[in-house]
Amino acid sequence: MKTYEQINAKIETGKAVVCTADEIIDYVERKGLAAAAEEVDVVTTATFGPMCSSGCFLNFGHSAPKMRITEAWIDDVPVYCGIAAVDVFLGATQLRQGDPANLYYPGEFRYGGGHVIEKLVAGEKVQLFGLSYGTDDYPRKEIRTWFTISDLNQAVMVNPRNCYQNYNVAINCSDRPVYTYLGLLKPNMQNLTYCSAGQLSPLLNDPLYETIGIGTKVWLAGAQGHVYSEGTQHSPTVERGANDVPTEGAGTLALTGNMKEMKPEFVRGVSLIGYGVSLAVGVGIPIPILTPEILKRTTVRDRDILAPVIDYSRDYPQKTGKVICQLSYAELKTGEVTIKGKTVQAGSMSSYSKALEITYLLKDEIKRGDFLLSQPLQSLPRKQGMMGLKIVDQNNREVRR
Amino acid sequence: MITKKLMLYFPKSETEKPIVYHLVKDYNLVINIFRAKVTPEEYGYLVLDVTGTDEDIRRGMEFVKTLNVQVDESHKGMRWDEASCTDCGNCISHCPTAALHIPDLATMKIVYDSDLCVECLSCISNCPFGACSSIF
Repeated sequence: MKTYEQINAKIETGKAVVCTADEIIDYVERKGLAAAAEEVDVVTTATFGPMCSSGCFLNFGHSAPKMRITEAWIDDVPVYCGIAAVDVFLGATQLRQGDPANLYYPGEFRYGGGHVIEKLVAGEKVQLFGLSYGTDDYPRKEIRTWFTISDLNQAVMVNPRNCYQNYNVAINCSDRPVYTYLGLLKPNMQNLTYCSAGQLSPLLNDPLYETIGIGTKVWLAGAQGHVYSEGTQHSPTVERGANDVPTEGAGTLALTGNMKEMKPEFVRGVSLIGYGVSLAVGVGIPIPILTPEILKRTTVRDRDILAPVIDYSRDYPQKTGKVICQLSYAELKTGEVTIKGKTVQAGSMSSYSKALEITYLLKDEIKRGDFLLSQPLQSLPRKQGMMGLKIVDQNNREVRR
Repeated sequence: MITKKLMLYFPKSETEKPIVYHLVKDYNLVINIFRAKVTPEEYGYLVLDVTGTDEDIRRGMEFVKTLNVQVDESHKGMRWDEASCTDCGNCISHCPTAALHIPDLATMKIVYDSDLCVECLSCISNCPFGACSSIF
C-alpha cells in the first residue's frame, strides 16, 4: 500500500519509478505483481483522437471605447457570445460561416472551430470580427482586429466529454457509402473504423475509476490540466468483461487546461468528409500504484479489451442497439479482421502512436519532478446509465415520428 | 525489363499528338496511366508507369522530349506530409496498394512508400488532418 503523499515525495526527490501503460505489461510479467507493486509508483496512460465535445473560453480584454460583444466570428467561425462582455466560447465542431456543409454531398469541411483552436495553440494570428447593439457603458458597435493567443488574457480549453472509456467500431452493411464521424465507411463491409488507444487508454487502465476522479491532474496537450467533472454521457453501468473492462462506451471525463501552455502537435483540427469538423486532442493521465490491484488493472492488454462492431448505415442512426460482433483491439490493430466470413480492412481514428508518445512525455515529466499527482476530490459516479431523448407533446404524451 | 514511374508535363501546344501510342508502338513500352489531364490550350500532365528495357525507356523519353514534353522522374503526384500526419491510421483501409501502411504494430506509425502509390487519391479526401495532398 502506498499513499499519494508518499508517491509525490518520491517524485519531488526524483526517485519515483514510472512505467508507461505499455512497459508495465512486461514489467509485471517479469517481476510478479507483488514485487512490481512495491517498486512501481506511477503508470502513465494516454489517448489521442477526435474529441468532438471540445472548445475553449477566450477573454479578449477591453478595447477603447469598450464593447459588449453580442455576435462574433474568429476566422469567420461563429463563436458563442451569450456570456460576459469580452468572453466568448469557441466550439470545436462549429463550421465556418458560409460552409456549404453537405449541400454538395459529401462536403469537405476543410475549416472550422477545431482548426481555429489549432491555429491559436500554434501561436498563429487569427481575425476577430464582432458586433454589438451598443449600450451606455459599452458604446462600440463593431470591431475587427487580429490577435494571437498571447494577446488574450485567458484561453482555457474545456472538454465536457473526453477519454471515452471504450468506443464503437463502425462498419457499413448497406450498399452505399456512408460518411460518419469515424470516416468514410465503404459499402458491403469493405472497411471499418475503431477509435481507442486500447491498452494505453486512461479509463481502460482504471476501469472502476479507483484513482481517476474529479480533481485528478492530467496532461492535457502538454498543459497541466484537471478532470473537472464526470464527462457528458458518463455511463459506467454497461456490460463489462471478467477484467471489469467495459465492452462498450462507458465512462467519460470532463477536462480543462490552459491553452497557452499546450503543445501544437497535440491539438489538431479535424476534417471529416461528409460529416463535419472536430478537434483531436492528446491526453495523458498518471495512475498512482497505490495497491497491487490497481497495478494489475494497468496491465490490461489489447487482446483483452473488446469493442462492439455496429452498423453505421442503419443500427447506429436508428438506435436499434444491435451489435454485429465484438472484436479485440489486438485484432483491430492488425489492419484486417474477419466478420461473417468476410475480410474487412480496419482503420483507426485514434492515434496509438501519439498516445504512446504522450505516455513517454508524461513519464519524463514525472521522473523530472515536474508533474505531481493529485488525489481526486470526488470519485466519478459508478452507478448510472445513459438516458435517451423522448419526443413528447406539451402534455407529455410520446410522439412517434 | 524495368518499370519507372514518370511524370510528363505537356506544354499548351502538344496535346494533339498521340504520344502514348508512339511509346507503345515505336518503343515497345508497356504503359500504365495513373492520372492524366491533357486539355487543349492548357498545360497538362500524365502520371504513368513505363515498363520496358532501359534502352527503350531512354529512347522513348528522348522522343517525348523532342515534342517539348518535360519528363520528371523525381516527383510524385501524391504528397504525404509526415509532420501533419498524426499516425491515426484512418488512411490504412482506404489505400488500395498499402503505399500507406503500418509496418510495426508496436509503434503503429504510418510509413508511406511512394513506389507503391497508384495515385487513386482516396487518402486525400479521407485524411482528417490534411496530411495527404496532390501536387496538381
